[in-house]
Amino acid sequence: MKLKKIITHRLALPIGALLALVLLNTIARPSFLSITVRDGQLYGSIVDILRNSSPLMLVSLGMMIVIATRGIDLSVGALMAVSGAVSLTIIKASPRPDDLGVLAVAIVAGVLTTLFLGVWNGFLVSVLGIQPIIATLVLMLAGRGIALLITQGYITTINSVPYQFMAQGYVFGMPFAFLVAVAVIVIVALVERRTALGMLTEAVGINPTASRIAGVRSRGIIWGAYAASGLLAGMAGVLYSSNIMAADANAAGLNIEVDAILAVVLGGTLLTGGRFTIAGTVIGVYTIQTLTSTITFLGVPPAVTPVFKAAVIVIVCLAQSARVRSWFRSRRSQRTQTPTSTPAPVGDSEQTPALVGAGEGKAR
Amino acid sequence: MSATTATTPPVEGFASGLRSFGSRHSGWVPVIAAVAIFLAMLLAGQLYFGTFVSPRLLSSLFLDNAYLLILAVGMTFVILTGGIDLSVGSVMAFTGILGARLLHDGIPVAVVIPIMIVSGAVIGSMTGVLVQVFDVQPFIASLAAMFLARGLSFVVSLEAIQVSNPVFAWIQSARFKAPGGWYITPSVILSLVAVGVALWVLSRTRFGRTVYAVGGNEQSARLMGLPVARAKFLVYVISGMCAGIAGVVFTAYTGAGYSLNGIGTELDTIAAVVIGGTLLSGGSGYVLGSLFGVLVYGLIKVAISFMGADTAWMRIIIGILLLVFVVVQRLIVTRTRRR
Repeated sequence: MKLKKIITHRLALPIGALLALVLLNTIARPSFLSITVRDGQLYGSIVDILRNSSPLMLVSLGMMIVIATRGIDLSVGALMAVSGAVSLTIIKASPRPDDLGVLAVAIVAGVLTTLFLGVWNGFLVSVLGIQPIIATLVLMLAGRGIALLITQGYITTINSVPYQFMAQGYVFGMPFAFLVAVAVIVIVALVERRTALGMLTEAVGINPTASRIAGVRSRGIIWGAYAASGLLAGMAGVLYSSNIMAADANAAGLNIEVDAILAVVLGGTLLTGGRFTIAGTVIGVYTIQTLTSTITFLGVPPAVTPVFKAAVIVIVCLAQSARVRSWFRSRRSQRTQTPTSTPAPVGDSEQTPALVGAGEGKAR
Repeated sequence: MSATTATTPPVEGFASGLRSFGSRHSGWVPVIAAVAIFLAMLLAGQLYFGTFVSPRLLSSLFLDNAYLLILAVGMTFVILTGGIDLSVGSVMAFTGILGARLLHDGIPVAVVIPIMIVSGAVIGSMTGVLVQVFDVQPFIASLAAMFLARGLSFVVSLEAIQVSNPVFAWIQSARFKAPGGWYITPSVILSLVAVGVALWVLSRTRFGRTVYAVGGNEQSARLMGLPVARAKFLVYVISGMCAGIAGVVFTAYTGAGYSLNGIGTELDTIAAVVIGGTLLSGGSGYVLGSLFGVLVYGLIKVAISFMGADTAWMRIIIGILLLVFVVVQRLIVTRTRRR
């Protein structure tokens, strides 16, 4: 009974996937789990994963909130490029790149720019009622153009020790970037779960019309979701640019929207909106990051990585699909109950559309 | 929605015919807008540059965007059912490099080209099965197909493979000339044939009606007894097949198969289809609109290169144009609903 409860828990799939990956890594490379302490700072594969996943973590948390409102934000990668470009251009223009005041101005300017762009996305979706995919596609296409204009087509590089600290420094022995991610997770969890906001967001995602009639200000909530996503993408962009100490308008955050959507879906939040799980998303992000580092470690050429990702998406989608679930359920009930129960009509109809379609396709 | 009204049999009488004509008209408005923008851009280019509009320019506009047009035709089918296909760019790259590899290994071109088209259709059918049978969202299902095709093309070859086959060279460089500098290549003819076939299928066949009906309201289409599942599956096969044909044309165009081809092309395609007036929510749109969407898209590229401006502006202008079109469409839809 207890085992069944564990298996049917919402987080069972994401945690299982993460554990399987960790196990695979540990077998392939026993040193995977070991963490060494050097000069009071932690080193090891796990620590690397925790640190490198920070930008993806921020982006995914924003994406999760947007997806919960039945939306999607394709522009996050481009927004990362914009915030990196804004911050580094300000630092480069300043005569004292190590000055903390200058850095603060640069970071705030970068993040505020993407916050504004997120508000713009939210305006298109919530006020004008444009579909999220297209509304955010506008900035996905135009955003990198804006970033290129800001950096004037060059890759802006800077030298600034404190700026570099954000991605590569340590505080209390932990990577600073990881601590930033933890702080954001805590803030998101507090705001969404200790106030009614999370519940209202889910209500909007489950049924926008009903929640509006029930008095939920859905417009403001959707608008806020995109603004939050923009803000978090901006922070991720700053972290990313501090890691490579350069603003690359073309490469910054490339395809990160896909990874973020994957992480959210892997964590168990449905793309159809509604209920979301912060813990699931966090686990999803670490799974994606572990997968990436596993592929690198196993010596698989990075070019083949997409095939692995495709396999992961298909498996996760199939595991979440209602048809497969009901198929398993009916199989199980068949075994436990008397054989008089109907032999799973779902399983039969499963093949018909495809077969009919294929036949017709040839006929045409 | 506009086009579903056209499914009503003509026996219903004059009044409803008039009404359906009115609402069908509103469906054409975005297409007319796309045509108007295209003409306005030509006019503006002519006034600004002096020698902009020429038979050469228009011919090369078709030639440079033949692959995009073929992709847009397939994408139109998918978007009309309310779905989306993000895989077209990487499927195009995959079929391209697969074809190049097979040709390199000495397989005759008469076998290679069908293989390219069929392999596109196979990946498309995978998306279709995920969407229709397993109820996976089109966005995610086609994302999986996108990764799969991209990864497979890397498996086939990491480096570009040159194609020196005479048939591929013919597709690209044979020019049927007309007086005044007009010319047309087999690749352009292929893309226009694709438009013509799609036009016929969507407006004259039961399958086409079903596609519109599914996009308008899937539930009603199902209750009407239309083969919804078949249509939803087939549109992805068609899109995959078009991506396969586009692979042939693009390989001929660049003279090589390369696994990094077509990154971001899916977004160009979607943008072109939306600029052409097809609603992303499905049920309303025309292949002719997509044709003009592609032409507008291609013309922006030409104009930017004429001005010698940054490619950064290219992206921004495409983004702005997409935005304008979507907002205009939105206004049209709300007005039709109110009526």
